[in-house]
Formats: sequence, C-alpha cells, structure tokens
Amino acid sequence: MKTIAVIGAGPAGIEAASVMARQGCKVDLYEKQEEPLCNIRDKALLFPNFEKADTIAEALLQKLRHENISLISGHEVQQLERNKGKESSWTVDGRQYDAVILASGYTPFDAHRKEELGYGIYAGVHTSLDMERMLREGRIVNSIGDKPRRVVFLQCVGSRDEKTGNHYCSKLCCVTAVKQAIEVSKMLPDTEVYIFYMDLRMWGQHFEELYRSAQEVYGVKFVRGRISEAAGTYDGRVQIKAEDTLLGLPLRITTDLLVLMVGMEASDGTRKLSQMCGICGEYGFVQSSDPHLNDNSTLAPNLLAAGACKRPMTLTDAINDGRSAACEILCSYSLPLVFNS
Amino acid sequence: MFDIFVLPFCAGVVALLAVSLMKYIRWINSFSKRQQITIRRNILSIKILPAIWEMFRECLLHWRITQRNLLLGYMHRSLAFGWFLLIVVGFVQALMACPGGHPFYAAIFFNYFEPRSERIVEFAHSQQIATLMDVLLLYVLSGLFLAMLKKVWSKPLGMKRTTKHNLTDRIAKFSLWCIFPLRLLAEGATSSIYGNGGFLVRWVGTVIAAIGLDSAEIEYLLWVLYSLALGTFFTLMPFTRYMHIFTEVFLIYFRKNGVIEGNKPSGYTKFELSACSRCGICIDHCPVNRELGISNTQGVYLLQTIRNKDLWHRAEQIAANCMVCDRCQVECPVGIDLATIRRQVRSEAHTAIDKPVGYNYLERVHPFNAIGRIAYFGGCMSHLTPGITSAMEQIFKAAGQPYWYMDKEQSICCGRPLLQQGLVKQAEVLRRKNRDMITRSGATMLVTSCPICYQSFVKEYQLSIKVMHHTEYIDMLLRSGKLKVKAGSERIAYHDPCELGRGCGIYQAPRDVLGSVGTLLKTKEERANSLCCGYNLGNISISTDQQQLVRDAALGNLLAPNPDTIATACPMCKRSFARANAIPVKDIAEIVADSLVQD
Repeated sequence: MKTIAVIGAGPAGIEAASVMARQGCKVDLYEKQEEPLCNIRDKALLFPNFEKADTIAEALLQKLRHENISLISGHEVQQLERNKGKESSWTVDGRQYDAVILASGYTPFDAHRKEELGYGIYAGVHTSLDMERMLREGRIVNSIGDKPRRVVFLQCVGSRDEKTGNHYCSKLCCVTAVKQAIEVSKMLPDTEVYIFYMDLRMWGQHFEELYRSAQEVYGVKFVRGRISEAAGTYDGRVQIKAEDTLLGLPLRITTDLLVLMVGMEASDGTRKLSQMCGICGEYGFVQSSDPHLNDNSTLAPNLLAAGACKRPMTLTDAINDGRSAACEILCSYSLPLVFNS
Repeated sequence: MFDIFVLPFCAGVVALLAVSLMKYIRWINSFSKRQQITIRRNILSIKILPAIWEMFRECLLHWRITQRNLLLGYMHRSLAFGWFLLIVVGFVQALMACPGGHPFYAAIFFNYFEPRSERIVEFAHSQQIATLMDVLLLYVLSGLFLAMLKKVWSKPLGMKRTTKHNLTDRIAKFSLWCIFPLRLLAEGATSSIYGNGGFLVRWVGTVIAAIGLDSAEIEYLLWVLYSLALGTFFTLMPFTRYMHIFTEVFLIYFRKNGVIEGNKPSGYTKFELSACSRCGICIDHCPVNRELGISNTQGVYLLQTIRNKDLWHRAEQIAANCMVCDRCQVECPVGIDLATIRRQVRSEAHTAIDKPVGYNYLERVHPFNAIGRIAYFGGCMSHLTPGITSAMEQIFKAAGQPYWYMDKEQSICCGRPLLQQGLVKQAEVLRRKNRDMITRSGATMLVTSCPICYQSFVKEYQLSIKVMHHTEYIDMLLRSGKLKVKAGSERIAYHDPCELGRGCGIYQAPRDVLGSVGTLLKTKEERANSLCCGYNLGNISISTDQQQLVRDAALGNLLAPNPDTIATACPMCKRSFARANAIPVKDIAEIVADSLVQD
C-alpha cells in the first residue's frame, strides 16, 4: 500500500486526499490550524451562484471521512526532505512517504502594508475578509454602529501593484467585490455602493452577468481609478482621494466604509516548504515543472503541488487541481482507477 | 644659462598661466552680485586663516582622503605635497647656487646646468640639499607607483571602481606619469658624466653606465623628453582634470568666505566643476552603482559631462538618474556641492515646463488664527503614512501643547520635491503661499514630520519662527518632562533618513529619543554613512524593481543586528521598508506614542 502525505487541508488538499484514499492509498493529511478549511469557513456566500460557503465546506469534510485518511491537524510541518538512500521517497517530520502533495495554499495580503489606505488606523477601513465576516453575521455597520450611507470597495490592494512587489493579478478579487457589492445592496438598499477599479476582469463563467446585474439591478457605481490615500474625518468616516481616470478628474469623497479587496500571497508555509525543497518560484509561490503539460509535478521527484500554493486560484480551480494531482500520483503507480457509480 | 630644450617647458608654463588666468578672470566676473559682495566684504577678514589652513590640509596633505584610506591618502599626498616641496626646495637650491639671479627654469633643470654654467657656484650644504631633492623625488615616485598600481589593482587603495577618463585626461595623465621617471633618468645620465646629484641620481648614473649605455649620447635626449613631458602637461592642464590643482585653492577660499551658489550656475559652479580631480571616490559609495551596477552616472561624470558642452544631453540624463541621497557629497574630498549642481542641470532641462501655472487652488486655502499654538505640518508623504500623523496628534495632546494641524484638510506641498526636479519657479509659488499662511497664523513654532519639508523650511523659507523636525521636538518634550515614556526592552535599529541626517545634520536627537524607550542597536552604516532607502522622489530614471534593490541593501544593514523593530524618522523611508514586509517598521513618533505614560 502506497503512503502519501498531503500538506494542507484546504479544498485542494482534501480533494487530493479523498481521491487517493478511495483508490487505495494511505493518506496522512497535515493541517497547521486546529480545523481544516479555514479559508472557506470565514466566507458567507460564494460567487457566482451565491451558494453558502458552509455547504461546500460540509461536502468537502464529508469526503475526509474515509478509513485511509488520517487528519493530523494543529501540526505545522517543519521538515520536508528526500529520504537518504531512497531519493524518490520523502520524509515529513520523521515519517516516510512514497509521495507528497504540497497544498499549503495562500495567505491574504496584509493591508497594513498599504498604510496610505489607513487600515488599522481608521475604524471605517476594512478588508474584503472583514466584509465577508460582516456579511456572515448579517450586520454591516459603520464605525459608530450605524447603518452605513455609503460603502466603497477598492480593487487591487496588494495585487498588480509594483510598489508592494506583487506584479500579478489575484484573479478573484474583481468578482468578489461585485458579489459583496450585490450582497450589501440587497441587505441595505438605501446605501450607495461604489467600486474603484483599474479594469474589471470578469473572466469566469457567469462573472460578466454578475457584473452587469450589479450595475443594472443593484445600481452599484463603478469608478475607474485607484485610491491614493484615505484620511479619517472628525465623525469617524473616511475621506478618500482618488482620480476618475475616465473623466480625468481628481475625486474626493467621504464614505462610511472603505473595503480593501486584498490580494493573495503565498502563505508562510508555502514559502518555507518550497524553499526547503528548491521548488520556490516567483513571489514565493511553488513553481510547477510545466504550466501546460505538468502543472502538478515539480522539479523534485514525487513532490507534487496543488491549489493556491502555485498561484492565486478560485475554489473550483483548487478542487480540480487537487484531484488532478491525485490522478498524477495514481497514474505513476498504475493503481486501478475505479469509477464509483 | 640657456639651452633650446627648455623651450617646451617654458611654452607650457606660459600657456598654463595665460589660459588659467583668463578662465579665472572670466569665472570671477560671472559671479552673481550677491556673491561678489560677499567676496569683497570678506576679502581680508579673519576667515582667510581657516581658509589657508584648509588649503594646506586638503590641497597638499589630502587629509579627508587619508581618513578614508591611508594608502590612497599617501598616494595623493606624495604626488601633491611631494611635487610642491620638490619645486620649493628646487627654487631654494637655485637661489643659493646663483647669487647673481637665475632664469626661472633653472630650478627645474638645475642638474643639467649645474656642471655647465659658470653662474652656478658652490654653496654651503649643497650636498645635503641635493640629497633632500632625491628624497623628495623618491617620495613622488612612490606615489606614482601607487597610482599605477591603482590603475590595475585598486582594491588595496580602498577603491572598487575607478574613473573612466576621457582622451585628453589620459594624455595629460600619461605626460604627468612620464615627468618624474624622465627627470630621474635625465639627472642620472648627467650624473654619470659629471658626478653631480644626490644618492639616488648617482646610483641611477652608475646603473646607466653599468648597462653599457652611452650617457653622453642619451643625456640630451632625456632632458628634451623631460621638458616635453612638462610642456605637454602644463599646456593640457587647463583643459583637463588637472585644473583642479589650482582651482581647489580658489574654491576653498570662496567657500570659506561664505559664497553660496544659487539655482542658476554662476562662476562659482565653474570653479567647482574644475576643482573636481575626478578621483572617482564618489562612484563606490553611490547606491545607483553599489546596488544597480550603473557606474556612469556619479558626481564625477556629471561634472565631466557638464564641462564638455557637446555632452549636455548626457549631463541631463546623468542628473536625472540620482537618488538625491547626498552620499557622494559626504564622500567628496573636495567638498563640491553636487546636489546644487545636479539641481541646476535639472532646472536647465525643465525650463520649458517650469511655469507657475495651475496653482489657482491656492487662492481657496485660507490662513488660520493659530496665535500661541504650534503649527504642525505633516507633509504630503505623511498623509500617505497616517500612522505618523495620528501618533503626532496623540503626542501633542499628551504633552498638552495646543497645535494647529495646518495641512490636514487642504495640504500644500512644501515645494522641495519640485525644487529637486529643478522646477524652481513652481516651487517658489508654493513656498510663498505656505510662508504667508504660517506668518499670518501667528503660530509660535513649526513642527514637521517629514525631513524633506523640514529641510525646505529650514533652508529655503527664511521663517521668523523656530522650525523643528518632530524628532527634535519629541526630544525636547522628553527632556523638559512634558512627555513621559516608559522604557521597554524593544531592540530597535534606527535608519538615518538622508534628508534629516546628511541634509540637516540631525543624528543625535532621534537616537536620544529611541534610547529612552528601548535598546538602540548599532548598525554598520549609520549617521553620515547611512544608506539610501531606495524610495526617493529624486530619481525618475530607475524602475520600482531597481528601487527595491537599493532598499534591500539598506534593509540588510538594518536587519544585521537582529532588531525587533526598524525605526526611522521619514515617511518615505518608512513606506519603503514597510513594503519589504520583513519586520515591523515604525516612525519614532509612533514608537513614542505607543509607550506614552499618562499622568
């Protein structure tokens, strides 16, 4: 029986573990946090179909209930190295495995690093994660606990930003902002909602429709331009300076809430482990051996990568990528692929 | 006492004197009115004494270079001071040997004429003086040896990169390098015929005889070559870097007299351009070279290209590619005001766009009655680091100091970023408005959080009230007991912002403040040697990635002693380091605000 280690119990890790377990591998699933799926559990509804995040989380957890999977949670992997003597197998914190799938995921960009936007300084400034929490609780309030009259979303905080060194696009903030804007409008129909963007990348299925309905049905106002700075006002609101680049005019508006759509960065675990094994690519993400043909394998033999530890990825893509990594391993061992009815 | 071979030397001397004199007169004439008045007023003042001392110390002894590197200092000193003494002692020798007077070249070609001319007589201590002359020649030759070594292997002389010289400079250098060996050989040849000269010359004479050369045949040729080398060098001197030899003397005199250069180049800048010896010390320390490997934009090349009018477009490019960290100015052994010259070039390049238009919004900003209060000027950059301004507001309140946050709502730039780009007129519009606002507010003091604004207020505003950077202000509050902080165990590495440290000389106040709230760590490159944070408004030629490389070098220096926090006193430095996301980066104001003790 082959033994496989999966590092990270997020959607990619769980899906990979589940597929391999069902095909007869023994899987140890390592998770740093006490509970799996932390990055799904803090979300309310998911784009593009407003499905409850908890439903997806439950379904994924269901897949974990298999005799071949042992979940080792609350354990941060410290050592990941090749076995001495048998170079194609791996040791994870002293235990030996035939193969390892790295699914250590992403971390949200720390908005404190964009000090000019006032996160952590002005009470009205939040990140998209804070907004998600408010949506989960069903209670959106301004800094003094009142119903906000205006909410402004700002795209590309920590992505596509030369100054923070993150040149890449985080892919899912555009649609997330549209989704959150619609949710805010649904919950507070009298509140004005703005989205400041550089350009909107509505690349996925139903994304464009969502964007259109945000404008036509919910009256969300889209302004092309980045916000250069935020300042607190005496009544606890936030004044922002921006430029409307379509009109070519400087803009100064006051808002109750400023929501920063933070991008995705390689998580500390991803950085640490990929550097340890020499598979670290750009921006601390894992480098796969080929972007088209071998996107799960890495330069290290029998060490595969899945999910957002490679690049920003949506939930759907991460699940698919976990499954794909599992298939890669099963094929290399020629284990029979059994199709459950 | 004449021979035709002295003519090249004489012609060289005449050319040198004529050209230099012409240049100097022209430059002095193009001094601005104010500079001329300053010079006239101080021409015979007591200031001349420190000037003479500095001329001796820097032009002859090269003291500043010696402090950087002993060997490099020795090289420069032996060539300058050694040659100077060779000339002085040579003249004394000629004076003593010719009681009836002598032509001026006699001292230079003394050994040739000594056995031949009947006007030269035997004099007391002649042998000792000949020995002394040989010792001096040896001294110069040792420096020459080091100069040659530096050309091929500059590391022992403390230099990684040396200057790439242009063709005329190289020819002049070649002729200079030939002068002393040729003199030694010519004197040696004469000595092997007539037996005159000191120990070295005699030894060279015996060597020439020993290897079978006919001294009588080569002697004349050597003297001709020696004279030619001198003549070539002197003729080229006013057109090459060697013009610095005399010009530095004038520059020191003017500087000590209190002459200040303005935004338009005057004769003073001409003196500075020629006072640069193109030693290249500025190259190694420039962050653009150190971190980015761009080694053709340093001060030495800026001055070199400005002197050559055909290369003006290149001078503009060079002036633009500079972090304005002023490190070169600290390193420059001649003390040339490179920042001002750079600004002049930028100003010249931006003449077309330097128009005070688009500032109508200033009319809508109104002065405030702040009598008896402190005016607080955050500055544009502090608006992008609101942590600093909110910490300052907290400190004003804790110390019970009434204040007026003058640029909270409608902020006007201090003008310095424009000035750094050479937009002199635009900067003046902003300064006028700010000056007016501050004067009419009745505020008692101005405190600013941004070292760029601080330097501007101190040097360009001529305000009648006291101006303080917040580090000084907090230091003052702590000393007077108006502000109380608790000492913690935080290990802090402090970054000296260039505008505050090298720009305004404030090094101690921030250290005293930090020392009272935590443990201040020493870093390798600090105070005047502080590295550029990479995030500067001054340079618009390099990319963000390149800025980050410069930043990483400074960050490495700060992280070396393993601190808990990086402290700085400039919003730009803070932003730059904070973006690297290594460890917490805080402004001094924030660190103090965090450890305030409320009564």
